[in-house]
Amino acid sequence: MAKTIIEVKDLRKDFQVGEVTVHALRGINLKIEEGEFVAIMGASGSGKSTMLNILGCLDKPTSGEYLLDGHSVGNMSRDERAWLRNQKLGFVFQSYNLLARTSALENVELPLMYNPKIKAKERKELAINALETVGLADRMHHKPNQLSGGQQQRVAIARSLVNDPVVILADEATGNLDTRTSYEIMSVFQELNSKGKTIVFVTHEPDIARLTSKNLIFRDGHIIKDILVSHKTFAREILETLPVYDDYKK
Amino acid sequence: MNFINLLKIAINALKRNKMRTLLTMLGIVIGVASVIAMLAIGQGSKKSIQEQVSSMGSNMIIVFPSSQMRGGVQMGSASSKSLTIDDIEAISKNCPSVKMASPEVRGSGQVIYSGKNSPTTLYGGNENYLGIKKLSVTSGREFTIKEIQSSAKVCLAGTTVIENLFGSSADPIGQYIRFNSIPFKVIGVLSEKGQNTFGQDQDDLIIAPYTTVQKRVLAITHVQTILASALNEASSPKAVAEVEELLRARHKIRGDQENDFEVRSQEELVQTFSSISNILTILLGAIAGISLLVGGIGIMNIMYVSVTERTREIGLRMAIGGRGKDILLQFLTESILISVFGGLIGILLGVGASQLVGKIMNWPTVVLPQAVVAAFAVCTAIGIFFGWYPARKAANLDPIDALRYE
Repeated sequence: MAKTIIEVKDLRKDFQVGEVTVHALRGINLKIEEGEFVAIMGASGSGKSTMLNILGCLDKPTSGEYLLDGHSVGNMSRDERAWLRNQKLGFVFQSYNLLARTSALENVELPLMYNPKIKAKERKELAINALETVGLADRMHHKPNQLSGGQQQRVAIARSLVNDPVVILADEATGNLDTRTSYEIMSVFQELNSKGKTIVFVTHEPDIARLTSKNLIFRDGHIIKDILVSHKTFAREILETLPVYDDYKK
Repeated sequence: MNFINLLKIAINALKRNKMRTLLTMLGIVIGVASVIAMLAIGQGSKKSIQEQVSSMGSNMIIVFPSSQMRGGVQMGSASSKSLTIDDIEAISKNCPSVKMASPEVRGSGQVIYSGKNSPTTLYGGNENYLGIKKLSVTSGREFTIKEIQSSAKVCLAGTTVIENLFGSSADPIGQYIRFNSIPFKVIGVLSEKGQNTFGQDQDDLIIAPYTTVQKRVLAITHVQTILASALNEASSPKAVAEVEELLRARHKIRGDQENDFEVRSQEELVQTFSSISNILTILLGAIAGISLLVGGIGIMNIMYVSVTERTREIGLRMAIGGRGKDILLQFLTESILISVFGGLIGILLGVGASQLVGKIMNWPTVVLPQAVVAAFAVCTAIGIFFGWYPARKAANLDPIDALRYE
């Protein structure tokens, strides 16, 4: 029996917009186990972003329970949640969110800067390891503006890995990339997943979602479908079928 | 987050915007430099005034007649003849805090020697006169008590008078000069004193025995001013009180009546000038302080711009585990670094500028260490004060909104 990383029970989230209360999440029950690769899907307004914000401890639920690796997030303070994010979570964003004019290595080191237990030397070693994992060890002194979109996203993935999180949360991580680069990024995620990393991936692209192991479809604040992806597809295999343009040659 | 990481993050952030950092710093640099330079100039002028006044004799006491009521009519003070030679003798005898005393009588007129003439002032005093006024004779001799008793027509001349009448080459000792047609034999030349604080030439004078001036020049029997010298600077207020008491008794002034004379000490004068130059220093410092304040507001402005511009960075830092406190400290550290480095450069520049002013314009400047320490402390305070609000704004951002900020 695999360890449960994320457990959500009857989770609700309301927003007060002027006079109107918007029910973004209306009673979500969810369990994600170690080693799963979950895609959260849904149209805009379906509540998937709200779900991700709560899973990412950036937001608090209105009611219900959320256990992240055994920690109950619901009644934590701002600072406690920040600590939890630093220790347990890795984030990958649609627009990479790398610090400009800062080398890839320093960008990857950033989460460890907020952990006082990690010394400078260890921090650098961990960051280099993470960059090696995403295949960018040779670019570690490049600044974001010297890297392509795919490379920037791989730096971002390395940054999400560097603190050895229990789960990586990706928010439309392929949204800004072309098809081929998207598959390259997905192949990186699949590789991480095959090494045992738990990944939660928000996307609205079915093509991307079928590269994961489980799809949760959101609509109007409910999970309307929970599909186990039966036939596993490898991003690497799809990549081989795509035509290669000169632009992509290294 | 530990302190070294904090510094590293702040320095990296500042380095990413070098030009902006330098320009913001410039506001503080100019502010601090001008505060230090202005205070140095103010302090310098205070010191030089004090030195000049005390070179005139800081333990000197001056007694001069004040206006009197005579039959219900208020008289002008110059016409008063209330001070006499007997008063001076009484002061020397009965006031223990007074070292010595001298009358002073004076008249202005024209001095003539062969074909040349120039306007000057003739002063009359006794054998203590030079000592009280801190004057000395460079060549020739002082007049003797015997010459005073006999109203001898001898005089000591200041260097300006000598130059006007004799030029620079000739030896004036033993020559006869005429003051308002009365001949005086020059027996000594006074040491040079230069200009006083008010730009008055202190060498444009001749000094003769008071008896001579009283009888032969002014035809009076009273004295215009009494000069006395206290034992030392500290005893000068006591000496003033003693002289006042004595003269009230001698002039038969009853309890509630006003004095017909006034006693001033040079020390009071020093204090008056000191307070004037203190006001000057405060004024200059305040004006410079305003520029420091403007520099501080510049920091605040730039920090606000920086917070807005880096909203997404703040969101990211929060997402990866930065607490509100970490973000607050980061921005606060940035503004403190700007102000402290600006302050250090400003101190160097201010000290340099005040020395330059001292050299080039020949103004006395004194850089007080307290001023430097205070300027540095104010700088740090400015960094904290003006960095606080932008930093708090950053720390209070909602990470979700910050991450989405366009």
